[in-house]
Amino acid sequence: MGLLNDLAKNWVLAVQEFILLSIRAVRNIFRSPHYMTDVLRQMDFIGFGSLPIVVLTGFFTGAVLALQMSKTLSTFGETSITGQLVMLSLVRELGPVLTSLMVAGRNSSGIASELGSMMVSEQIDAMRALGTDPSKKLVTPRLLATVVMLPMLTIISDFTGMLGGFATSFFMIHLNPSQYWTSALHALEFEDIFQGLVKPFVFAFIVALVGCYKGLTTHGGTEGVGRSTTQAVVLASVLILVSDFFITKIILAVLN
Amino acid sequence: MATPATQATQDTIVEFDRVSLGFGGKPVLEEISFELKHGETKIILGATGSGKSVLLKLALGLLQPDSGRIWVLGQEISSLHEEELFPIRQRFGMVFQEGALFDSLTVGENVSYALERLGELGAEEAERRVREALRFVELEQAIEKFPSELSGGMRRRVAIARALVSEPEIMLYDSPTAGLDPITANRIVTLIIKRRDVSRVSSLLVTHRLQDAFELASFYYDPGQEKLLPVGTNGSRRETHTRFLVLREGEIAFHGRLEELVAARDPYLKKFLA
Repeated sequence: MGLLNDLAKNWVLAVQEFILLSIRAVRNIFRSPHYMTDVLRQMDFIGFGSLPIVVLTGFFTGAVLALQMSKTLSTFGETSITGQLVMLSLVRELGPVLTSLMVAGRNSSGIASELGSMMVSEQIDAMRALGTDPSKKLVTPRLLATVVMLPMLTIISDFTGMLGGFATSFFMIHLNPSQYWTSALHALEFEDIFQGLVKPFVFAFIVALVGCYKGLTTHGGTEGVGRSTTQAVVLASVLILVSDFFITKIILAVLN
Repeated sequence: MATPATQATQDTIVEFDRVSLGFGGKPVLEEISFELKHGETKIILGATGSGKSVLLKLALGLLQPDSGRIWVLGQEISSLHEEELFPIRQRFGMVFQEGALFDSLTVGENVSYALERLGELGAEEAERRVREALRFVELEQAIEKFPSELSGGMRRRVAIARALVSEPEIMLYDSPTAGLDPITANRIVTLIIKRRDVSRVSSLLVTHRLQDAFELASFYYDPGQEKLLPVGTNGSRRETHTRFLVLREGEIAFHGRLEELVAARDPYLKKFLA
């Protein structure tokens, strides 16, 4: 019973600390000093650095979607709407979720290990001792960079996914190119684009803040850094999938 | 009766008043009380895990005590928020145990980082002070190098330069010679003595190397000869303003001068000094 009590207390404390860190990180956006060089450096690392994995993931997701859809649709003689299904699946769901999961795998872990290493080597304490607020210098730039770059990466992923779907449709299913693109573009509505951009915006908060929180609460030397890194990826991925359900539910309720 | 904010006298730089702190229900420091006077160097000795580094972090406001009060330069810091502590920390220089240099910055950038908070300094003046601080630790030639390119002793010396560059009123040294070879350790002790005697900076120094502690208490820096001399040189007894504080399992086991420490009859102290 005592162990359960301790676990519950630790969990509540962790949630409280996470929320406080998140509030501080967002509040820092409106308070000086602003570390713009750090923001740009993080945008380059998080955005440009994630481009190869996002492009690859997007392309092959679109390609396999087209393959699966066409197989199912061919039983109804409706392979002409393959582009439409690929487009809707990618823009509404798979683009934002898979891109965010890939970015979480690369960046939540990267952030957690970098900040965790700084924590165990007392660099964070040194920063505080030198009069710098680590939440301003380290957390807010990473949050801003992820919030700006993740929606852009999602758009790129959606586009390359459509190209992947087109490659499959054209070379393997032998669909007419204009048929693929026309059905895809006609299917797209404001609601889909809105959904597809709101999700990565929310997921960006999860990716950046979970990585920062896990990094800044690291203890226990290099072993602790490894533990924080793993926990950051797992927690960010689970939170992305769980919040995806609720965001979809809310958006559908609001738009309908 | 004096208000808490003015309890410390002008001469007292840091004061701990019955300070206790524990982690996960385990006490680390219990009812610690002492004062650091202006120009004084307090050497904190103790076995590993006796709370020496925690004490330094409390003085800097990096940790908050569970109970008791801490005054720094006449201001009570134990109940201040992080942002209220930044102006007070600007008056400190701290050398961390492993240096704690920022990996992504060069030596020059690491040292000048401490000057960023002094916004009024121009770029030329900042560079002059960075070079001067690096010259003090004899590492001016390493200004463009990254910490990963330096040895452990060099990293520690850069950390000293970073702590000194903003000319702080209080220096905190956390095991500055731990894990270093005798020559490098001696060089660092010389730098600390030089700083103490040239600038009269108040210091808290944590160490478990007795030879360093004794050297600090029994040598002074002579600017004329540019070297360390024993306090008894020329028949005159120099005051090094150095006191010892020995911690035993989170409590103060001894507080006083070197002579008193050496003459102490306490079995723990005898064992510790053996």
